[in-house]
Amino acid sequence: MIKHIILAAAFALGLVGAAVAADAPTDPQIAHIAYTAGQIDITAAEQAIKKSKNADIVAFAKQMEADHKAVNDQALALVKKLGVTPEDNPTSQALSKAGADKLAELDKLDGAAFDKAYIDNEVAYHKTVNGALSTLLIPSAKNAELKALLQTGLTLFTEHQHHAEMVAENFK
Amino acid sequence: MRAAVASLLFAAALTGASALPAAAAQYTIVLDKMKFGPVPTELHVGDKIIWQNNDIFWHSATARDKSFDLDLPPKAEATLELKTPGNIDFYCKFHPGMIGTLVVQP
Repeated sequence: MIKHIILAAAFALGLVGAAVAADAPTDPQIAHIAYTAGQIDITAAEQAIKKSKNADIVAFAKQMEADHKAVNDQALALVKKLGVTPEDNPTSQALSKAGADKLAELDKLDGAAFDKAYIDNEVAYHKTVNGALSTLLIPSAKNAELKALLQTGLTLFTEHQHHAEMVAENFK
Repeated sequence: MRAAVASLLFAAALTGASALPAAAAQYTIVLDKMKFGPVPTELHVGDKIIWQNNDIFWHSATARDKSFDLDLPPKAEATLELKTPGNIDFYCKFHPGMIGTLVVQP
């Protein structure tokens, strides 16, 4: 339990590297955390597609929606094939709570203020998730196929982070 | 006499062969796991490249010089005929970290 609280707190603070010292999560927990992280970005993208009038923001959000859905579909197919049941855990719960809070915060904004807040959060969020993938989730994953999918995810999300940083430049 | 005919035919065959342009070749570049696979090295004008997207993501094969821009949905492929010689840098417009170069000879 303690390890999860430390991990969740570190995740919430974006200090994922510091959480490596905690006990490693299991594969069913890693699958749950990765899926949850993807789902949060899909929900954020759906909100942006609905609210934004900016073509760059909408195009970025549509790509986030498509790419993260593709990873999550692949993750679901993999856990089914492996007979693994993703296991809910405090890290996933902390992620979901932070995601829901951010969604509510962004919902109050409109126009350019929303666009800027959305894209800034996308930069920060992908940085945090990439940190978690490279320092914790990938090194902890035991199953080779799960590890490989997480690696592909890291390559993809690093692209997303750079893309988000480029779009964010226009809102400075 | 038979030998003379045979050598004439042989010479005709050789002449005929050299008069024809080299046959166009067809190559495949596979996209998977957020990467372009190996790019063929002996490319010539007239050759065809099949871009085969085995990945789960939507990609593109887009030339920096805008000479081609192929959309590649997941599990789909598209064919490109090489029309001009030169070094053509390409990338995926959705994931610009994915890059490569076609070296096309005349």
